Amino acid sequence: MQQKRTKSLVLAAGLAAMLTVAGCHKKKVAPPPPAAPPPATAPVPTATLTATPDTINAGDQAVLNWQTSNATDVSIDGIGTVATSGTQSVRPTQTTTYHLVAHGDGGTADATATVTVQAAQSTPPPAETGIDENTFEQNVKPIFYDYDSYSVRPDAQATLQADANYLNQNPQLKVVIGGYCDDRGSIEYNLALGENRANAAKQALVNLGVSPDRLRTVSYGKEKQFCTEENESCWQQNRRAQFTLDQ
Amino acid sequence: MIRNLLKKHCILRSFCLFALLAAGAQVLQAQDWVQIGTNLGVNKIRIAAAEFKPGNTDPQTMPMKYVFDQTLYNDLRYAGIFDVVSKSMIPNTEPGSPQEINLASWAAAPSSAAYVAFGTLAVNHGQVSVQGFLYDTHAQQNAQLLGKQFTDVASVEATRMIAHRFADEIIQQLGGIPGIAETKIFFVSDRSGHKEIWEMDYDGFNQHQLTYLHSDSLNPEVSPDNSRVAFSSMGRDGWSIRMYSLILNRMVSFPQWGGTTLSPAWSSDGTKLAYSSARTGNPDIYVCDASGAGSHRITAFLGPNVSPVWNPKTNAQIAWVSGRTKLPQIYIMDTDGSNVMRMTDGGYATSPSWSPNGQFLSFAWQRNYGPGAPGSEDIYIMDIASKRWTQLTHDAGANDFPSWSPDNRHIVFQRQQGGHTEIWMMLADGTDQQQLTHEGNNLMPDWSWK
Repeated sequence: MQQKRTKSLVLAAGLAAMLTVAGCHKKKVAPPPPAAPPPATAPVPTATLTATPDTINAGDQAVLNWQTSNATDVSIDGIGTVATSGTQSVRPTQTTTYHLVAHGDGGTADATATVTVQAAQSTPPPAETGIDENTFEQNVKPIFYDYDSYSVRPDAQATLQADANYLNQNPQLKVVIGGYCDDRGSIEYNLALGENRANAAKQALVNLGVSPDRLRTVSYGKEKQFCTEENESCWQQNRRAQFTLDQ
Repeated sequence: MIRNLLKKHCILRSFCLFALLAAGAQVLQAQDWVQIGTNLGVNKIRIAAAEFKPGNTDPQTMPMKYVFDQTLYNDLRYAGIFDVVSKSMIPNTEPGSPQEINLASWAAAPSSAAYVAFGTLAVNHGQVSVQGFLYDTHAQQNAQLLGKQFTDVASVEATRMIAHRFADEIIQQLGGIPGIAETKIFFVSDRSGHKEIWEMDYDGFNQHQLTYLHSDSLNPEVSPDNSRVAFSSMGRDGWSIRMYSLILNRMVSFPQWGGTTLSPAWSSDGTKLAYSSARTGNPDIYVCDASGAGSHRITAFLGPNVSPVWNPKTNAQIAWVSGRTKLPQIYIMDTDGSNVMRMTDGGYATSPSWSPNGQFLSFAWQRNYGPGAPGSEDIYIMDIASKRWTQLTHDAGANDFPSWSPDNRHIVFQRQQGGHTEIWMMLADGTDQQQLTHEGNNLMPDWSWK
C-alpha cells in the first residue's frame, strides 16, 4: 500500500515537474520581454528535479536528484549553488518544496520537487491529494438509510461499491464519514444513531477493501440538516452517511 | 380521591380513547399512585405572604421590597405544597413585626390562611436587611414558627437570594424536606449563535452563559457538589465529554477517548460518571471515575446505547436508552451490567431522569411513533417497582429531556412549540407548568442536586 502510494506520488510529482518545464519553455518562445531579450542563438536550458522518496516521516532522509542541460549556473533554494547535475540527501523536518534554478546563455529554467514530511498519524494536506472536495463528492456519494435504522440498504450497495472503487484507486485519500438523522426524535438518541449509521458505512467500505485507518466517523445526529422541510423526501435526504475528505 | 381522579380526567379529556380502554385501569392506578407518592394535589397548605413593610425611606428600600415580595410569593407558589392566598384576598395591611399583625384577620375568609409569612425590609448604607416571620394563624400561643434575620448587599440578586432562603426555610418548616428555591438549572441555549452551556436560578431569573466554545455543546450535568458541569461537545474529532469548573469559572481538562462520546451522568456521591461512547464502533454505556480514569464498558448491545442515569438513591443501578430492538426504549440494569430490564413497552422512549428518592423514572415518550402515526412526544413518569406510568404533558408541542428537582416534587423539561424550544418546569403531577426561558432556543435542562 505504502509503495503504491509513493509510486503514484512520484508520478504525480514528475508530471508536475514536466508541466512546469513545458510551461517555461512555452514562455521562452513567446514574444521576448523587452527588458532582457535572450540571445536567439543560445540554446534554452532545461532542468528536472525529483525527490525520492517524496514522502518521509520526520527525521528520515530523502534524496534529491537533478539534471540540467545548457546551464552554466545551477542553484537550489536552501542548499545553494550545486553542480549542473547531481544528487543530494536532505532531512527536512517539515514538508519542503525544493526549487532549482538553472541559468544559461539561452535563459533560465527551473524545477521543483516536494518532500512531504508526515508527523505521526498526520494526514496529507489537501494539495497533496490533488483532489478537491467537489471532485471527491462527485465520486464518493452518500448512502441513505431507512427510518430509525442504521442497516445498510440493498440499494446502497452499488453506491458503496463505486465509493470503495474510487477510494481504492486513490489510496492517499482519507475520509470522514458523517452520520446524519432526520429532525424527528430526540437529539441525544439521534447522535448515537448517527454514529451507528456512520459506523455501518465504515464497515461496508472496509468489507470492500478500504483500510479502516483511512476512515474516521463523526456523528452529526440531527444537528445539521441537508434539507429542512417536514416531509418524507426531505427526511430521507437527511438520513444518510456522507463522505468528505479528511483534511 | 375519586373526585380528584374525575377532575383529572376532565383535564385529560384529550387523552386518547384507545389508551383509556386499553390501559384504563393502569392509568387510574398510576395517577392515584402519583398523587399519593409525591404528596401533591391533596391537602395543600393554605398560606399567605403579606407585603413586607418598608423599614425606612431609603430610596432603595421600595425597589428591593418589590423584588423580595415578588420572589417570595413565586417561591411559595412554585413549591408545590402550598395553596397561596391570592394577593387580592389578603388583608390590606403590611404587618412589619409580630406586634403589628392581627392573626384573626388572616385566618378569616376570604384569606382563610393557615399560615402567614410577613416582616420588614430596609436598605441602610447599601445593605439590605430583612426580618421575616412565619406564624400559625390559628395557634392560641406559640404561634411563631420562624423568625429570621437576613443581611446582604442591597442588590437585586442578593435580595432575590434572601427571599429564596426565607422561602426554603418556610418550605422546610411546613413541608418537611428542603425546598428548591436556592437551586439552579443548567441548560443549553443557542442565543449566542452557538449551542453553549448556560445557568439560571430555578425560577428562570439570572440566566447567564458559562461556556464560549463556539461549537455545539449538549446535555450539561452538574456534579452533586455544584463544583463542575460535565457536558458533551462537538470538536474536530466529533463528540467528547468536556468539563467546566463552577469554582474556577473556566474549562478544566477531562480525558478524550475518541469515538462519539455523549451524555455524561454523575453518580449521586459524585465519585463516578456514566456515559455513552462509540470508541469500539458501537455506542455503548461506560462508567469511569470522576477524574475520567478507570473507564470500563458495561453494555454490549448492538445499536445505539445512550443517555445513562444513575439511581441516585443507591448508585447501584443505571437507566439508559437502547435501540437494541430498533426503536429506542428505556432499560435499567445493575451497574455491573447484570439484571437488564426493559421498562417501556413500545413507542419511542428517550431521555430518562431518575427521581432523587429512587422511586420514579421520568422520560420522554411517543407512545404512537412512526410514519403515518404522528404521536406527540410527551413527558411521562413511571413507578419503577410496578412499571405503572402516567402522562404529565398533553397537547402542547414536543416535550423532551425531563430532569427531577432535588425535592422530588418538580420536573424541568424542554418543550418545542411553534418553531421554538424553551425550558419549562412543572409539578411532578404535570400541573402548574411555567415557562422559564423566552429568548432563542433553550434545551436539555439539568436541575442541580441542591
